Amino acid sequence: MTFLRKLLPHPFLTLLLTVTWLLLVNGWSLNSLVFGFLMGWLIPFVTRAYWPQQPKVRAPLKIIEYVFVVFYDIVVANIQVALIVLFKSNADRKPGWVTIPLDLRTPEAITVLAGTITMTPGTVSADVSAEGHALLVHCLDAEDTNAVRDEIKTRYEARLKEIFE
Amino acid sequence: MDLILEIAVSAFLIIGGVFGLVGSYGLIKLNDAMSRLHAPTKASTLGVGGVLLASILHSVWLEGHLSVHEIMITLFIFLTAPITANFIAKVHMHGHETPKSLPDAGKDKLWATHNIAPEATAEEKA
Repeated sequence: MTFLRKLLPHPFLTLLLTVTWLLLVNGWSLNSLVFGFLMGWLIPFVTRAYWPQQPKVRAPLKIIEYVFVVFYDIVVANIQVALIVLFKSNADRKPGWVTIPLDLRTPEAITVLAGTITMTPGTVSADVSAEGHALLVHCLDAEDTNAVRDEIKTRYEARLKEIFE
Repeated sequence: MDLILEIAVSAFLIIGGVFGLVGSYGLIKLNDAMSRLHAPTKASTLGVGGVLLASILHSVWLEGHLSVHEIMITLFIFLTAPITANFIAKVHMHGHETPKSLPDAGKDKLWATHNIAPEATAEEKA
């Protein structure tokens, strides 16, 4: 088992890279499968120093629900931001910073949360605190920063906590 | 049937074009650096998304073969857009924000961008 672990430090990443390569080639052939697997096998060795542990996914099926929630929010976010850009004057808009205290501890979960925040309604994640206990988020138009914080915590963070921790 | 599909493809292209345009207009209209970041990260997602949907519909029903490149493009946009936005936000924080101008970072006291070792800040002063 340890020998297998040394040979394939990130089995899931290997699979993901192989599938990605096949999709990029946009066609099926043994050639591209072998080359894709070769890359999928080599790249984890190059990146291993930056990513020593394997991420654990506790509830894989919850990912599907999360993806749909985020997709829906992205469409809503686009319309909301477009309306703000087109119809709200800069003087009426209240941009501001919000601190989101984090319950998540795994780096992968925090990364996904930060990415989700950037893609969804009127928020961009800017930074993480020095030890990773809070996220700094910029709001395009925030009347009530507490409401923004609570929505992110209940809508995304709670779901990610079920998936990753 | 072809007419309905062509109308659907055109509708997605127009939706994509409109959102792309709004995203670009937002870059000019919004008046501070952090707000400008919102327009391209979001409006352009649906802008590119609309064009990609149109492309998938066109290749599946009018040309008769499924192309997965559009799905890959969507995936790569979702991976790269937040990271690019984060880089720009960090550059902004380095140049234009101080720990005092940002909200409290909770028990960690500082945001990672401002968490520079004392030697480095001493060098910057000299």
